[in-house]
Amino acid sequence: MRPFGYLRVDSVDEAVRAAAGQPGAQFLAGGTNLVDLMKLGVEAPRVLIDVSRLPLDRVEELPDGGLRIGATVRNADLAAAPAVRDRYPVLSQALLAGASGQLRNTATTGGNLLQRTRCTYFQDTAKPCNKREPGSGCPALHGTHRDLAVLGHSPHCVATQPSDMAVALAALDATVHLHGPEGERAVPATDFHRLPGDSPERDTEIRLGELLTAVELPPPRADARSRYRKVRDRASFAFALASVAAVLAVRDGVVVHAALAFGGLAPRPWRARTAEAALHGAPATEENFARAAAAELAAAAPLRDNGFKVPLAQSLAVAVLTDLADRAAAG
Amino acid sequence: MSHPPDEAPFPPGPPPHPLGEPLVRREGREKVTGTARYAAEHTPDGCAYAWPVPATVARGRITELDTGAALALPGVIAVLTHENAPRLAPTGDPTLALLQEDRVPHRGWYVALAVADTLEAARDAAEAVHVSYATEPHDVTLTADHPRLYVPAEVYGGPGARERGDFDAAFAAAPATVDVTYTVPPEHNHPMEPHAATAQWTHGHLTVHDSSQGATRVREDLAGLFKLGQDQITVRSEHVGGGFGSKGTPRPQVVLAAMAARHTGRPVKLALPRRHLPAVVGHRAPTLHRVRLGAGPDGVLTALAHEVVTHTSTVAEFVEQAAMPARMMYTSPHSRTVHRLAALDVPTPSWMRAPGEAPGMYALESALDELAVVLDLDPIDLRIRNEPGTEPDTGRPFSSRHLVDCLRAGAARFGWSARDPRPAVRRRGDLLLGTGVAAATYPVQISATDAEAHAAADGTFRVRVNATDIGTGARTVLTQIAAAALGAPVDRVRVEIGSSDLPSAVLAGGSTGTASWGWAVHKACTALRARLGEYRGPLPDEGVTVAEDTRRETEQPSPYSRHAFGAVFAEVQVDARTGEVRVRRLLGQYAAGHILNPRTARSQFVGGMVMGLGMALTEDSALDPVFGDFTACDLATYHVPACADVPAIEAHWLDEEDPHLNPMGSKGIGEIGIVGTAAAIGNAVRHATGVRLRDLPLTPDRILTARAVPLT
Amino acid sequence: MPTADGRRDGADGPRPVNGRHSALTLTVNGTPHALTLDHRTTVLDLLREHLGLTGTKKGCDHGQCGACTVLVDGRRANSCLLLAVAHDGRRITTVEGLADADRLHPLQEAFLARDALQCGYCTPGQICSAVGVLAEAAAGFPSHVTPDTAPSGAPVSLTADEIRERMSGNLCRCGAYPRIVEAVADAAAAGAEVRGR
Repeated sequence: MRPFGYLRVDSVDEAVRAAAGQPGAQFLAGGTNLVDLMKLGVEAPRVLIDVSRLPLDRVEELPDGGLRIGATVRNADLAAAPAVRDRYPVLSQALLAGASGQLRNTATTGGNLLQRTRCTYFQDTAKPCNKREPGSGCPALHGTHRDLAVLGHSPHCVATQPSDMAVALAALDATVHLHGPEGERAVPATDFHRLPGDSPERDTEIRLGELLTAVELPPPRADARSRYRKVRDRASFAFALASVAAVLAVRDGVVVHAALAFGGLAPRPWRARTAEAALHGAPATEENFARAAAAELAAAAPLRDNGFKVPLAQSLAVAVLTDLADRAAAG
Repeated sequence: MSHPPDEAPFPPGPPPHPLGEPLVRREGREKVTGTARYAAEHTPDGCAYAWPVPATVARGRITELDTGAALALPGVIAVLTHENAPRLAPTGDPTLALLQEDRVPHRGWYVALAVADTLEAARDAAEAVHVSYATEPHDVTLTADHPRLYVPAEVYGGPGARERGDFDAAFAAAPATVDVTYTVPPEHNHPMEPHAATAQWTHGHLTVHDSSQGATRVREDLAGLFKLGQDQITVRSEHVGGGFGSKGTPRPQVVLAAMAARHTGRPVKLALPRRHLPAVVGHRAPTLHRVRLGAGPDGVLTALAHEVVTHTSTVAEFVEQAAMPARMMYTSPHSRTVHRLAALDVPTPSWMRAPGEAPGMYALESALDELAVVLDLDPIDLRIRNEPGTEPDTGRPFSSRHLVDCLRAGAARFGWSARDPRPAVRRRGDLLLGTGVAAATYPVQISATDAEAHAAADGTFRVRVNATDIGTGARTVLTQIAAAALGAPVDRVRVEIGSSDLPSAVLAGGSTGTASWGWAVHKACTALRARLGEYRGPLPDEGVTVAEDTRRETEQPSPYSRHAFGAVFAEVQVDARTGEVRVRRLLGQYAAGHILNPRTARSQFVGGMVMGLGMALTEDSALDPVFGDFTACDLATYHVPACADVPAIEAHWLDEEDPHLNPMGSKGIGEIGIVGTAAAIGNAVRHATGVRLRDLPLTPDRILTARAVPLT
Repeated sequence: MPTADGRRDGADGPRPVNGRHSALTLTVNGTPHALTLDHRTTVLDLLREHLGLTGTKKGCDHGQCGACTVLVDGRRANSCLLLAVAHDGRRITTVEGLADADRLHPLQEAFLARDALQCGYCTPGQICSAVGVLAEAAAGFPSHVTPDTAPSGAPVSLTADEIRERMSGNLCRCGAYPRIVEAVADAAAAGAEVRGR
């Protein structure tokens, strides 16, 4: 790990100004991914701007009934917040399916969204990786890739985005709020993470010097239920092989709202628009859920060793949607 | 070998005596308060920190080493390379010939060592060392028909290949057969304490704190490497954070720390980074198994073949002796057991808990289960029908063998009799349920050990033996053995272990520790007790000391086949939608001689079963064919079981009398827990789903790919 | 080595002494420490290499094993991923700070009584983590296995499944998990609470 400067800031403006004035600056919040990557040599900031004590640690009700989640709200606190747990259970469940109790006490909302892929080649600086070193190649394409993408990848990068929380946010139509030298802007959570194309070095739409300040959730639908389910190699404390976040509203046996997102399958949370379109207005039956999931996953292009993810995601989506529909039917 | 007649059978007196009592771990308080110090937790004045540099090619030579940038960093003291490092004399362990030449035998082999005033600077310096290589083509991929396979001359004291009778003819003639292949991937020990050493030279004397399973062996190897007398070296391993075989021999950290300390003239501390461990501290080699069983309609085996293909490195030969248990487990007039080995450009494999038995019994006990299905026999019944009277391969009598009792007692406890043998018929919601059983075994070995017992004038006792407590409870059980032999309360006995300055002892490995150390302790304490009987009146001020060793008792091979046995029962659930397998219940029933401390013994059995659960379900590693390394190199990618994976586990034992062991009547228990567990779980998965999976571990992708679950 | 510079707390943030080191104050087990540290120094390395508090263990150095678990302002965290400079003014409790003089913390007692340890290397992290688990459950923090029907914010009953899930950030290669679950359950039943400073 190279030496670096350190600066603690007290306001968002100060943070953004400090970042603009210092080449090689990075923001530090919980540090659970950044410090890890600095130890690996993957990240080598020249200065860390500590934003962990900014007043962005609140979960606030919005006038429209939505929720504003500050970027430094700890994952554990967010999962436990009654407003989240009671009104957006999919988000609470996704957070609790990730990492460990210790990590959730430290990791922040912003940092969770910005965490980087766990692809083994990305983490090893002695190996090529287009995401880490553009143009060096992607050994994962024909190498160790059981855990990597089946959707949205490119010949340049087949990494997956590892956050569970981000999958729930995508299904909830959240927006990500950014503050940079040129002011504030908001990006839909579904668009925040980028597909790699030929520039896999850019994980997200965040621009140089921008600070992630908040995530906003629209008001929850009163008639909808939501759930997150994750499959992993051990019972806890492992990244997803595949996961599903679903929000479903059923009226008189017919789907009136469906939001479905997959995790562990793609370089970003994979919002399943094709499946949702197939579900809208359809009877809430297991057959229709299966058909809709299959329509979405028809686009999958598995690699040599990760073809299992397609039937797994299919099965998982059907299980979660069926469970939500059954609960809706049960009242 | 039975104990000599001049030594009283143990225990010497009537109860109450401390042997067999659940004495609390002697160092437990230090461990729960954080005051127990491990190898990297000694910081002599002026201590420097070291950080190693691993090779980034799989095979080749170093052509250029640029240490200029590293040496220019603030706080950096030195960078050791093969160009400037102290010369080492060759020893029997070529993995310790570190920084001696430009050759890179595998990726991750250490090529340099940075030393600095602080840990941060050492790490930074290591990253700044620039190494150029002339690479050569490499091969790290083991296949069942690899062109470089050979049969090793010797495996674990026996032949690499063994034929008895006419296997081919018997198998061809057998009415019922099984011919199957299994694979066990490379596995990593990953003790929670990474390998670490702190080394210091003082007036020509080398003192190291090393994370080791045996400080006597470390001292011997250091003496050879540095051309020193044994009395010029002290190796301490007071507390060791697990090893599971990976600390059984000296590892790079202790050699590098000693070299760096000599080179810099400062004490040096080196803790290996977790990500380096798979390449430099050994691993369980992958094994490809072909098992063929031939049996009559009654289930009695007529032909048994277990053929194992595995790898070693180009540095040293190590054979995962996985066909060994097939030589002693079941009766079979015609048998073939073969190990084939290819020396690849891979890290050197080594011991991992129950080397040989763990993968070998996975394959054999899975195959037995397959035969039970073919014959429509209960798998316990099938094993009972194949119980041999004497050891099949040698004809030697068993000193004791209570496998059948374990199967029956375990079955009763587990509720086996109610089992419906039909597969895939127990569904609870999305979960398919199943149960399975497997046998376990582990050999009994004893090595010569020295021990010293001292009676102080104040009525207390001190016992000295260079045993190592790697978490087994050695300190505790040796206290009990000593106290029982002395006829003294345990709180008047202090046992000193974990230093090469103590009387020499075998390492903590191969489930031999308690028997080997305990016998020497028993002998010394028994002799001391006799000596004390000669005194009338107070002891002299300096007390009375007796030293003994067990060379005579251990030099002759036993005329008996000596093994511990057990039976493992598992209940699993398989999620029909996701392929996730979870163990719901695990029960082990063992026969391992006298159990000397039920509290620590239970932890040993259960701990082994937990590692077996990991072997069955979560632990997966592989060599990257392009880069030549283990890609699952850390604890995020190599999944050792987490707390949530592990249900309540029961371990039970029979009180087994065996007069042919040692004065305590004990068999080793550190390894048998892992043996058989993976097979029991795999057999339960087959019972749950109706599909047999033969490649470990049983992760969701494998369950789904095999279509073992219906999905939706 | 740490150098005292007379500062009492971290209200104003760490004071840079050069581009790579800062002066800061951390309270460890109730004792304030004024330190000048390399920015790269983690809380874990600070404890082990600067303060001589080696009870906190380094198992992986990457937040993957939990051996380095300490309490930061009463909440459990992996100290290997915490930069010390960013924790200026925080209160750290380590395993050495749990016992009250010679009287062990109830969790330490329970681990001993249940033989919930073998090699002992993960043990301090397990115990600190368990202290955090008891506090989190009492404060109503849910886990992955907490039923949706459990009321938000209400104390969570620590069933064996809850303990298993909540303790899964602490790996134990000796396989002491069943005994660890029993020990934590014992302490929970006895109403053990965080006793750190």
